[in-house]
Amino acid sequence: MGIFQQLTEKPWLTVEGKEPAEQRAFSLESPHVGLRVFLAVATVLFTLFLVVYVERMTFPDWRPLSEPWVLWLNTLVLVISSAGFHWAWVNADRGDLDGIKTGLLAGGMASFAFLAGQLWAWRLLVDLGYYDMANPAIGFFYLLTGLHGLHLLGGLVAWFRTSAKVKAEVGLAQLRLSVGLCAVYWHFLLVVWLVLFGLLLLT
Amino acid sequence: MLVPIMLLLVGLGTVVFHFVSPWWWTPIASNWGYIDDTIILTFWVTGVVFVGVVLFIAWCTYRYRYQKGKKADYEPENAKLEWWLTILTTIGVAAMLAPGLWVWNDFVTVPEDAAEFEVVAKQWEWTYRFPGKDGKLGTTDAKYINDDNPFGINPKDKNGRDDILIDDGEVHLPINQPVKVLLRSIDVLHDFGIVQFRAKMDMVPGTVTSFWFTPTRIGEFDVLCFELCGVGHYAMRGMVVVDSVSDFQAWLDEQPTFAQSLAEAESDSDKSSNRVFSEASSPDREIAR
Amino acid sequence: MAYVAPAEVEQIPPAEVEDVELYHAKSWVTKYVFSQDAKVIAIQYSATAIAIGLVGLVLSWLMRLQLGFPELFDFIEPSDYYQFITVHGMIMVIYLLTALFLGGFGNYLIPLMVGARDMVFPYVNMVSYWVYLGAVILLIVSFFVPGGATGAGWTLYPPQAILSGTPGSEGGIILMLVSLALFIIGFTMGGLNYVVTVLQARTRGMTLMRLPLTIWGIFTATVLALLAFPALLVGAVMMTFDKLLGTSFFMPALVEMGVYLDYGGGSPLLFQHLFWFFGHPEVYIVALPAFGIVSDLISVHARRHIFGYRMMVWAIVGIGALSFVVWAHHMYVSGMNPWFGFFFATTTLIIAVPTALKVYNWTLTLWKGNIRFTLPMLFALAFIVTFVNGGITGLFLGNVVVDVPLSDTMFVVAHFHMVMGVAPLLVVFGGIYHWFPLITGRMLHEGMGQFHFWVTFIGAYTIFLPLHYLGFLGVPRRYFEMGETNFIPESAQDLNAFVTVVALTVGVAQIVFFINLFWSLKNGKLAGHNPWKACSLEWRTAHVPPRHGNFDDLPVVYRWAYDYGVPGADEDFIPQDVPPDRVSTGKGEV
Repeated sequence: MGIFQQLTEKPWLTVEGKEPAEQRAFSLESPHVGLRVFLAVATVLFTLFLVVYVERMTFPDWRPLSEPWVLWLNTLVLVISSAGFHWAWVNADRGDLDGIKTGLLAGGMASFAFLAGQLWAWRLLVDLGYYDMANPAIGFFYLLTGLHGLHLLGGLVAWFRTSAKVKAEVGLAQLRLSVGLCAVYWHFLLVVWLVLFGLLLLT
Repeated sequence: MLVPIMLLLVGLGTVVFHFVSPWWWTPIASNWGYIDDTIILTFWVTGVVFVGVVLFIAWCTYRYRYQKGKKADYEPENAKLEWWLTILTTIGVAAMLAPGLWVWNDFVTVPEDAAEFEVVAKQWEWTYRFPGKDGKLGTTDAKYINDDNPFGINPKDKNGRDDILIDDGEVHLPINQPVKVLLRSIDVLHDFGIVQFRAKMDMVPGTVTSFWFTPTRIGEFDVLCFELCGVGHYAMRGMVVVDSVSDFQAWLDEQPTFAQSLAEAESDSDKSSNRVFSEASSPDREIAR
Repeated sequence: MAYVAPAEVEQIPPAEVEDVELYHAKSWVTKYVFSQDAKVIAIQYSATAIAIGLVGLVLSWLMRLQLGFPELFDFIEPSDYYQFITVHGMIMVIYLLTALFLGGFGNYLIPLMVGARDMVFPYVNMVSYWVYLGAVILLIVSFFVPGGATGAGWTLYPPQAILSGTPGSEGGIILMLVSLALFIIGFTMGGLNYVVTVLQARTRGMTLMRLPLTIWGIFTATVLALLAFPALLVGAVMMTFDKLLGTSFFMPALVEMGVYLDYGGGSPLLFQHLFWFFGHPEVYIVALPAFGIVSDLISVHARRHIFGYRMMVWAIVGIGALSFVVWAHHMYVSGMNPWFGFFFATTTLIIAVPTALKVYNWTLTLWKGNIRFTLPMLFALAFIVTFVNGGITGLFLGNVVVDVPLSDTMFVVAHFHMVMGVAPLLVVFGGIYHWFPLITGRMLHEGMGQFHFWVTFIGAYTIFLPLHYLGFLGVPRRYFEMGETNFIPESAQDLNAFVTVVALTVGVAQIVFFINLFWSLKNGKLAGHNPWKACSLEWRTAHVPPRHGNFDDLPVVYRWAYDYGVPGADEDFIPQDVPPDRVSTGKGEV
C-alpha cells in the first residue's frame, strides 16, 4: 500500500475476516533503517555547513584558499577505502570469509591512510602560513575537514567492532549485517567528501 | 458543576481584565497609527475565537458531563463541519494578515522626502550623527574608531567633516518631518526602540539597518534598548525630544561638527590621541578576547 | 456491525512476527542503573529532566523576586540576573521539556503503544540517557567556573555571547555550547530509536492510522528534532571556533570597550538564522507531543473517540513540515532584509489553520461526549484554555507589522510562557496523573491532585495573562530593573509585585504534587488493569506495571485506539486488540 493510501485510510472501519498483517515500513533490516535515518541527520548537518559556507563567501572579506595537492591523493585513498568495504560486502553476500577479511583490511587501512593524509594537509597549510583563522576560508577548511574526519573516526569504531566479530567467528548472517552497515556508511562519507572537496576546489 | 463554572469564570475574567486593565499602550506619537489599528483588529478576531472556544468547552462540560450508563455519540468524522471550520479560520487569518502586510509595505517603503540621521550604539550608550550642510553622512569603518573619533568616521572622507555629532544620549527631531533612522552598532547587537513611536529595529555590528517614522507630537520620549546587549542592557537609556522646526534648528546649530571635535581633541592633547590604537596593536590585545 | 470496512481494502497476508531477542539484565546495576529497558530509561530521563526543571523553577523565582521587588534583594546583581534568565530558558526549553516529552514519555509509551517489546536499539537507547545526563551535569558545572554561567540569553546571540560585556563569556559560554552539543548527540541516539521503532517494530495490525495520536505527536516531533538540532550544532560549533580559535564566522569587525578586536567580516545574522532554523521547530518539538498526549487524554476521559482523527494526523504532519519555513518570524526586527517579512508572516499565519483545526477537534471530541472530570481531564481542559490563549497571541507576533511594537517586550515573554511553558506542562501533569497507575500500579491521591490542579491552572494563568499587558505598555523583556521612564506608570510595579507573589505561591504548591507522587507510590489505591478503561495497548499488558519485554504474547491489533461508545457494543470501549468476533454485543453475536 502506498503511503498516501495508508495515511488516508479510515481507521475506525475494522477489517473483518482477515488476520491483521505484519507492519513494517521498510523491508530493510532495522539497523539498516537506523543507519539511513542517521545518514539523513548527517546530511542535514553537512548541508547546513555548506549553506553557511556559501552564504559566508558572499561577504566582501572572502579570500580564496589554494588547496594542498595532497587532497587529491587523499581522495584516491578514500575511494580505495570505500571500494574495500564494498568488496567485503559483496563477499559477505557470497559467504566468502576470506574476501570479507581482505575487503575489511583494505578498507580500514585505507581509512587510516586517509586520516593521516588529512593531518598532513593541515600541516602543509600551516607551513604555507595559512593559520590565519580570521580568514573564513581557512576556518572553514579546518572545520569541514575536521568534521568529516570525526565522522570517519566514528566509522572506524564500527570497523573495529566488525573486525572483532570476524575474529570471534560469529555467524555469517550477523557478519553480513555489520559489513553491510560499514559499506553504506563509507559510501556516504565518500560522497560527502567528494562534495566538500569539490566545493573547496571551486572556491 | 465546579468545572464548567470555573471555565466560564476564566473566559469572562479574561475579557473583563482586558477591558478594565489600566495597563495599555501609551498614546502614540508617530505616524504608525495603522499598526495600532491592526492590533485592535487582531484583538477582535482572536478575542472572538478565544471567547467562543472557552464558552463552548464550558457548555460541553456542563451539558455532556458524565452520566452512568450513557454512551457518547459515535461520529468519527464530519467532513462538512471540518471544511466549514477550515474555511472560516482561513478567512479570519486572511482578515488579519492582509491589512498587516499592507501596513508592513508602508513600513518598509521609505518616503522620498525622509531626512536621514544616524544612531550609533555601543555598550551601553546612544550617540547620534546628523549630516552637515552637504546633506551627506561621511563613510565609516570600525577601524577608524578611537577616543577622538568614537563614531569611526573616515577622516579622509570630505562628506564626513561637517557631520554633526551628538554624544550625550539626547537627540532632537523636528515634528512632522519623516525621518529615516540609520542604525549602527560598534560592538554587539542593540535595538533602538521608542515605545510611543511603535517602531524599533536591531542594530547589527558590521552592517547598517534602518527604519522610518514621522514624529507627530511634541514631547520627550524615552529611548530603550530592546535587544540584550550585555550586563548593562537595562540601563542603556536615551531620549528623543520632538521639537518644532525652529527649536530643532536652533538646537542643531549648537552641536559640534566632526571637524570641530577633532580640532578640539588635538588642542586638548597632542600625544595621547591614538591611545586606543596603540593599545590594540600591542600583543596584549589577545587577552582582551 | 455498521463499521465494517468495504471488502476491497487491500490486505497483506499475515506473517509471523519474529520475537526480538532482549538483553536480560544480570545484576541490579544492569537492571536499574545501566538498564536497556526503555521503561527504566524513561524514568531515568524523566527524573533527571524534572530535577533540572526544578533548578529552572528556582531560577525563575529569583528572577521574579528581582522584578517584583527591585532593590530589595541586594544579593541579585545584574550579571546574576542575566545568568538566571539564560539558564532558566535553556533548562526549560531543552533540558526539561524536550527531554521529558521525548526521552521520558517517548521511551515509556512508544514500545508499549505500538505493541513492541522494547526499542529496536536498546543499547544505544541506554547510552542516549547517559550522554544526556552528562549534558545536564556540564550545564550545572557552568555555574561554578570563574565568571559563572553564560548570561547571553537563551538565544546565545553573538557577538555579545562571547564578549566580555556579557556575564560568563569565558568558561560559561564554552560549557554551555559543549553541553548543547552533548545534548544533541545524546538526543540523536534516542531519536533514532523512537523513529525506527515506530517505523519497523509495530505489532501485527498496527497500521499507521491505528496509532494513538500520542505516538504521532512524539514521532513527528522526533523527526523534527533530528532535522532541526543539527542547525544548533552547526551554530554552536562555529561559535566555539570563533571564541577559542579566533575565526570570524559570526564576528564582524568591532570595537569592544574601546579595544579593536581581531575579528572581521563575520555575520551575526547568520547565527540568528541557524538558531531559529532550529529554534522554531523546537517550539513544535515541545508542542506536538503535548498535542498528541492531550488528544488521548481528552478521548479516554470524555469516553468518546477523538473527533476527526485523520485531520488530527494530517495537521500534526502539516504543522511539522510548515515549522521549517517560518523561522525568521523571530527576526522581524533583527535587521534582516525587510522583504522577508512578507513571506514569513504569510507562512506563520498559515500554520495557524491546522493548529486551529486541532483545537476545534479537541472541543468537538468533548461535544456529545460523556465527560469524566478526572484529574487528567482537568489538566487537558486547562491545556486547551491556555493553549488557545497563547496561540492567539502568537497571531499578534506572527503578523509582521504587529510584531514591531511588541517584539522584545513582556508580551513575547507572556506569549511563549503561556503557549510552550504553561500549556505543555499542564499536559505533562495530565500525562503523569494518567499513566502513573500504569507505571506504579497505584493511583495518585485525588484530593492532593485537585488542589495541585486548581492552584497550578488558575495560578499560572494569573501569572502570565497580565504580563501581556505590560508588553503593550512597552516594558521590555530581559530588564534587570525598569528604572525611570516617563511612560510606565507606578502601578506597573504593583502588578509585577503581584505576579511575583502568585508565581512563588504556584511554585511552592508544586510540593503537594511531589508529596503525592511519593505518598502514592506506597499508599495509593491499587489501580489494577486499565483503571481508565482505555483502548490503547499500553493498558493491555499481562502485568501492571509492565515487566521487561512489556507483553507476554505480542498483542495483535484489530482496530484503532479510539473505539469508545461504539454503537451496539455492551461496553463503552473496545480495546485495540479485541478481534471483531470477540466484541460482546448483548446479542451474543456480532
